[in-house]
Amino acid sequence: MKKWLPYIITGLLALLPLIGLSTYMMHILILVIMWTVIGMAWNLLGGYCGQVSFGHAAFFGIGAYTAGILYFKTGLSAWWGIPLSIFFVSVASLLIGYVTLRLRGPFFALGTLAIGEVCRVTAENLRDFTQGTLGIMLKERTWIDKTWYYYIILGIAVFTFISIRKIINSKLGYYFVAIREDQDAAESLGINTTLYKTIALILSGVFTGLAGAFYMNYMGYIDPEIVFALHDISIITIMVVMVGGVATFWGPVVGAVIMVLLAEMIRSIPRLGVAHQTMFGILLILIIIFLPNGIVGDFSKIRKFFRFGRAG
Amino acid sequence: MLEVRGIDVFYGDVQVIWDLSFSVSEGEVVALIGANGAGKSTTLKTISGILSPRKGTITFNGEDILKIKPYRLIEMGIAHVPEGRRLFVEMTVEENLDMGSLRGTARKERQRNKEMVYSIFPRLKERSRQLAGTLSGGEQQMLAIGRGLMSMPRLIMFDEPSLGLAPILVKEIFAVIENIRKEGVTVLIVEQNVKQTLSVADRAYVLETGKMVLEGTGKELMDNEHVKTAFLGV
Repeated sequence: MKKWLPYIITGLLALLPLIGLSTYMMHILILVIMWTVIGMAWNLLGGYCGQVSFGHAAFFGIGAYTAGILYFKTGLSAWWGIPLSIFFVSVASLLIGYVTLRLRGPFFALGTLAIGEVCRVTAENLRDFTQGTLGIMLKERTWIDKTWYYYIILGIAVFTFISIRKIINSKLGYYFVAIREDQDAAESLGINTTLYKTIALILSGVFTGLAGAFYMNYMGYIDPEIVFALHDISIITIMVVMVGGVATFWGPVVGAVIMVLLAEMIRSIPRLGVAHQTMFGILLILIIIFLPNGIVGDFSKIRKFFRFGRAG
Repeated sequence: MLEVRGIDVFYGDVQVIWDLSFSVSEGEVVALIGANGAGKSTTLKTISGILSPRKGTITFNGEDILKIKPYRLIEMGIAHVPEGRRLFVEMTVEENLDMGSLRGTARKERQRNKEMVYSIFPRLKERSRQLAGTLSGGEQQMLAIGRGLMSMPRLIMFDEPSLGLAPILVKEIFAVIENIRKEGVTVLIVEQNVKQTLSVADRAYVLETGKMVLEGTGKELMDNEHVKTAFLGV
């Protein structure tokens, strides 16, 4: 059963648009799947390799801007941004890794946080190149209907899930976990930690960039405030993984469902404004106290709690 | 085999090792002893490349190892069993052993070496599927030593292997160290348990606040007045 779970879920998701969901429902599903991709990507670097990034918006934004600038400057379809983003995000990740990966633990986290902001400010000011705060808009989106967008992001998600699973179960995955557990010990056992951390960062960046390039195509409009956002991208990415379960295959999936639905719910509360971020903060505190391994990681704990409740 | 010549090591601006020189020859058991903060662990970390000296040279079989990346040292035959064991606690015992044999011949001989480690520490075999973090302190130390041996080292460096262990386990660990030497592996050991260490060491160096103060054979130092008052409490 467990072995077939990914196939069953993919199959069900593939059939879902056929039952005629409303546009709004489709939009929510697309967002959930997109966040799953970003969460899985972050999890590879933060969960398995132990390098907690506070700046994944950098990769998301670079992916989105690859598609956007390509469209705006050359007139080619922004869809080419998806394959092209792999190249540009890899190069950017290499540079970002070169600067930040010499830092460890909280210093790495702060370094990446700064990188995210550096990207945002740069994109705002390179007006000739990025249109600055005006942003980039697609004159017309490829489809009005959401079905195809849904299948494309589902395809990206399946690709990401399979790739990450392969990586984690390979030699590479062991190296990542060894680096997370004890970097010095890993180095003294013959693991080139700088190299493998860089690989983890590039892979994580590329998957996040794919989601970014998709976002450009799907939303049809980006600006630096949106795609390089600290709290709306970088922090939500961490929340998705923390809520779902760090270093688990299904954690980002569960986390994405909860975070997207929660964001929608909170948004519908009147006169809340940016205070919705407070709610996320409170949720994160509760998760860290009661379910430090996330919903998937601490699933047995949750089950025990409810069983106990029924018996009592 | 290992030659350390006049090294100065700093943590930031604070100098912790002054002009330290010593050597280890093939087949020997050499000990570095001294109180807390004498610079013993720092010396081992410098040899294994985690720290780098501002001055001085370190050679291994005539090759300058300061120029070699730390992760390559294990291929040259230097294994470091670090202080506090530094195991991968979320991996199983067996996976930890595998991590000790990632490169070169050690990788090819993995299965055979694993059998060898299991025969030295049968307890590890019983627990091969258990997570390393769930082992007792003594078992963890055995696993750390086993992981070091998996790389088929020519020189193995132990940093405080007896730390936090019950006296009976300390004895067992020292017996294992004797056995390792009999297999032809050179041993460099850092210890605060001076009495036990001097009884297994061919030669030893005494460090105080980052400087070498005494050297001699294990027996000589055991009878030395300074060592007696400072470490043995006689």
